[in-house]
Amino acid sequence: MEFDLAFIWAGIIAFAVLTYVVLDGFDLGVGILFPFAHTKKDRDTMMNSVAPIWDGNETWLVLGGGGLFAVFPLAYAVVMSALYMPIILMLLALVFRGVAFEYRWRTERWKKVWDIAFFGGSTVAALCQGIALGALVQGIAVTDRHYSGGWWDWLTPFSMLTGIAVVIGYALLGATWIMMKTDGAVHHRMRDLAKPLAIATLVFIALVSVWTPFQNPIYFERWFTMPGMLITLPVPLFMAFAVYKLFHGIANGRDVAPFLASMALFVISFIGIGISFYPMMVPPSLTIWDVAAPDSSLKFALVGTVVLVPLILGYTAYAYWVFRGKLDPEAGYH
Amino acid sequence: MLSSFDAEILARFQFAFTISFHIIFPAFSIGLASFLAVLNAAWLYTGDNAYRIVFDYWKKIFAVAFGMGVVSGIVMSYQFGTNWSEYADKTGPVLGPLMAYEVLSAFFLEAGFLGIMLFGREKVGNGLHMFATAMVAGGTLMSATWILSVNSWMQTPAGYSMNDVGQFVPEDWWAIIFNPSFPYRLVHMVLAAYLTTAFVVAGVAGWHLLKDRENKATRKMFSMAMWMALIVTPLQIGAGDAHGINTLEHQPTKIMAMEGHFDSHPDGAPLILFGIPNQEEKRVDYAIEIPKLSSLILKHDLNAPLNGLDTVPDEDEPPVAIVFFSFRVMVGIGFAMLGIGLWGGIQRWRGRLYDTKWLHRAAVVMGPMGFVAVLAGWITTEVGRQPFTVYGLLRTSESLGPVAAPAVAASLIAFIIVYFFVFGAGTFYILRMMGKDPASPRLGLRDGPIRTAGITPVQQTHDAHPAE
Ligand code: HDD
Ligand code: HEM
Ligand code: HEM
Repeated sequence: MEFDLAFIWAGIIAFAVLTYVVLDGFDLGVGILFPFAHTKKDRDTMMNSVAPIWDGNETWLVLGGGGLFAVFPLAYAVVMSALYMPIILMLLALVFRGVAFEYRWRTERWKKVWDIAFFGGSTVAALCQGIALGALVQGIAVTDRHYSGGWWDWLTPFSMLTGIAVVIGYALLGATWIMMKTDGAVHHRMRDLAKPLAIATLVFIALVSVWTPFQNPIYFERWFTMPGMLITLPVPLFMAFAVYKLFHGIANGRDVAPFLASMALFVISFIGIGISFYPMMVPPSLTIWDVAAPDSSLKFALVGTVVLVPLILGYTAYAYWVFRGKLDPEAGYH
Repeated sequence: MLSSFDAEILARFQFAFTISFHIIFPAFSIGLASFLAVLNAAWLYTGDNAYRIVFDYWKKIFAVAFGMGVVSGIVMSYQFGTNWSEYADKTGPVLGPLMAYEVLSAFFLEAGFLGIMLFGREKVGNGLHMFATAMVAGGTLMSATWILSVNSWMQTPAGYSMNDVGQFVPEDWWAIIFNPSFPYRLVHMVLAAYLTTAFVVAGVAGWHLLKDRENKATRKMFSMAMWMALIVTPLQIGAGDAHGINTLEHQPTKIMAMEGHFDSHPDGAPLILFGIPNQEEKRVDYAIEIPKLSSLILKHDLNAPLNGLDTVPDEDEPPVAIVFFSFRVMVGIGFAMLGIGLWGGIQRWRGRLYDTKWLHRAAVVMGPMGFVAVLAGWITTEVGRQPFTVYGLLRTSESLGPVAAPAVAASLIAFIIVYFFVFGAGTFYILRMMGKDPASPRLGLRDGPIRTAGITPVQQTHDAHPAE
């Protein structure tokens, strides 16, 4: 055996999900913050700051789903059955939010409706993603390759907590993104919001971290046994550095640092969850290897992924570069 | 038992409902993306501003349609897991990688360059903007290619074996991707998307020609669309015929249902033009038939024998009436399109393309017909595959996940309400944009930033020009 293909693929899927979370996280965050904008013009600016890129960001969600179907079909089958309701609710919320980007420019009378759709869709989608995460951490009942839990298993105080945590975290990403992309009134408004959001995000990260081991003690062990330990040790250091950069950047009105620091918070939290999970794919019973497709599937998909993902990252970076800098409030194709 | 049956019907209906909504938008955006690339190239090459005006007009419509395609498509990529998790587990090793390639090679391409195509002309210059526009068009074609390979494999599976937990396992990727029905389905579907778009464009142009036949941009649109109708419709009918012959070879039961052949015909089967299939009594009521024509079409021989559904066990038969009628709807529209194409060709030859009001009216009526044909064609294909999801190998009833009827019913109702509301509004906005004539810089948009820098003022499109 040359390579552990299932392991490599777990890494790739984790990367896709993380990329999704930080990228769509900030544009969902922009939606979550919509009601906090003071004027219609500010809302226009906020939306325009993500209009050219939201579609690309959301494609990582399709890759997460499609990739799981391709390489871990059993995990896809079991998780989608277990999380039926939050997933469907998330999809419907994304429908509202996605169409709002175009619709709100097409009507005067109904503009308010699509503003609400944009805000509501973004918030509900974020909440459902957080709930799905919490439900996965709690564990999913599987017998004989089938989901064997109930319809409401996903709904617990813990999953509600993770749901709210994700909404607040995305709002922080959104606020720091808008600070980076705008000048003037919107910029200041978001700067005022960023500090309380940052504090709230940290509180929720702490709450979730403390509560997670109670879901399953094994999570706790993984942090303090060998492969996990290596990563456990520097985590507090990175965290402290990111927190410092975040508050310092907000206080000093930096453009880029707060955004990057908020992203770093997500990356570190994500790695933390990764340590808790490994080598499970669907806790508590299915490992990465239990759910993997045969090697022939993994290999075939891997060839294209290795070539195409760097290419995608390249032209995605180019698209961000084209629309770099502060937003011109008069621009847009409309 | 009853409740599991209910969940199956509900889940089938949910899948059919969501995919039927989804397919409408890609069918339009595949065609429109290519049309936009051609328009932009023509503008760059000839410098004729009418092309640029037509480009800007359809670009805005494209953006709305594309947005609807994206959100309804994201739903699709999770549908396999939510209701059809057994299917997902069993076919995942074969079909999953194809879908992963679709995401990697097509969706990211579209999404990455869409922003530049819509917003970036001033930022990147004409050359790169042209490149981005071409990439978006290429991306839509690529996604059609992959997803049709997936669908075709479900119709005509090849290149697989089974493992001990009952999964399909890939043996030969080439055989899987280029399964027997794939080339036919790809050609037929892409032509369908082009035709659908051509008729929408012709309908919109016809509408505006009825009010003002001098507008140069409108004329350009009408002329281009009529060329497409004239050239592509015969190709499509030929492709459909070849597709049918291929289906006869690999999915004979589906053809029996399409043709309404309950009985075998050892010496030449009739073509049933119309009738009402009666599956209980195993006959077609009120049939109007032309003797031996079906054998001629399918076998190119008047006396060739054709088997009927009497050779198939009842539990393996698809619902005949749905397949029978939807097939006739598609073919009927195909010939109506051919008629319009020929009529347009004749009027053009006589130099009266822009002056024949009845032609313009007919174009308006035919405008939405491509969508109807696409839906009818897919219903033929998919219902004709029943009662299997993977033809002959995996039954629909064995594909269903452990879902409870109330959960499926609740989500189905939510989909229906949300889709009609959201996509109804989108269709309304698109129609309102189409109602503005191409010279209008604001398509139903009463506020919001408009970037018209670099676009020639409206009057210039009305300048005198000889009839082309
Ligand atoms: C503008 C749309 C359009 C038009 C005018 C036609 N079709 Fe079609 N047809 C489709 C759009 C379509 C489609 C929606 O694209 C389908 C569904 C699945 C597929 O591959 O193509 C299809 C399927 C389909 C099938 C089913 C194959 C299978 O399921 O295995 C057959 C036999 C035909 N077509 C034949 C024809 C013929 C003989 C036509 C001549 C008039 C025709 N089609 C016109
Ligand atoms: C190319 C991608 C497609 C794939 C992979 C696909 C796959 C499926 C699957 C898994 C089902 C559910 C199981 C079943 O009921 O048979 C189904 C059913 C169905 N699909 Fe498709 N489909 C595709 C395209 C379409 C399109 C574009 C339409 C448009 C009308 C369509 C119409 C239907 C219908 C009507 C059913 C229900 C058939 C029945 O239950 O009697 N499909 N398809
Ligand atoms: C069950 C089957 C299907 C699934 C799972 C599916 C999935 C998707 C997804 C996730 C998207 C959004 C991509 C983005 O983020 O940009 C999408 C769009 C698209 N799909 Fe589908 N799709 C299905 C059926 C089809 C069929 C039958 C066709 C055409 C033959 C098609 C062609 C396209 C195209 C061209 C787009 C991009 C253009 C647009 O968004 O309007 N799809 N699809």
